[in-house]
Amino acid sequence: MTASTIDLPVGADDRRIARYAAAAIALTIAEAAIPSPLPGVKPGLANIVVLIVLLRHGWREAVWVSLLRVVAGSLMIGQLFAPGFFLSLAGTCASLAVLAVSARLPRAWFGPVSQSIFAAFAHIAGQLLLARLWLVPHNGLFYLVPVFAASALAFGVVNGLVAAKFLNGDNPPP
Amino acid sequence: MKQWLPLLRPGDWLVAVAGLVVVAVSFPLLWRGGPAEKAIVKRDGTVVAELPLNIVKRIDVEGALGISVIEVRPGRARVLADPGPHQYCVKQGWLTQANAVAICAPNHVTLALVGANRSYDSLNY
Repeated sequence: MTASTIDLPVGADDRRIARYAAAAIALTIAEAAIPSPLPGVKPGLANIVVLIVLLRHGWREAVWVSLLRVVAGSLMIGQLFAPGFFLSLAGTCASLAVLAVSARLPRAWFGPVSQSIFAAFAHIAGQLLLARLWLVPHNGLFYLVPVFAASALAFGVVNGLVAAKFLNGDNPPP
Repeated sequence: MKQWLPLLRPGDWLVAVAGLVVVAVSFPLLWRGGPAEKAIVKRDGTVVAELPLNIVKRIDVEGALGISVIEVRPGRARVLADPGPHQYCVKQGWLTQANAVAICAPNHVTLALVGANRSYDSLNY
């Protein structure tokens, strides 16, 4: 057998990202089976994984995990390049942008729950913005803002608490 | 419940309350339509009647299947009867908000409320 001429060294961080991304993708698929009253109102369970990665390994790895999750997750549920995929991508990009800033807040004061709420609101804002510009070019869309905002807050808090629970053992408070 | 509370840091409460304020502020958006002033009845997209909502009135509209009865009361309007099979537009009951619409598709009749500032036409957009 000819030795491969392409050599892709796989580092510990690559394996770690792959492992986290796999967990996030599994949650995405599980979530696709949950019926939702309105498209857009979803628990966003995969964000728990993204939050854990963000707080354990920093923003760059969180970006990897969450983008892999969007692409591979929508590939698995047969949504790749469907409108839902782009909405998901827009939401993810918006929440990563917000997390890039909010992750710099003092950790002693702002824990995973804060990050989760910020991310959830950014997620829905990004999605709504893209939906308004592209899918539903109509301000009637914004009638739904209260519903989306309320669900973002509720799921943001819950996901943040779950992430906090996971992270609790990592570095016990001094 | 108790075991979850220690996971919240002081700033988290602040962020959660801020989130709650955002949600509360966004709620008036739901009712942005404002009060309705006129009921517009259309058949196949052409206006057959414009009824001000301050006059009690009942009109019959000849549709594709038969007669739809539109009833107007102060500040509200409804489709009282319709020959369509599913009766969706009748079951919708009273319309009170501007831009609200009841569509009796089988009979080709629509009832729409408009406010003082007619923002958009949600039927033909």
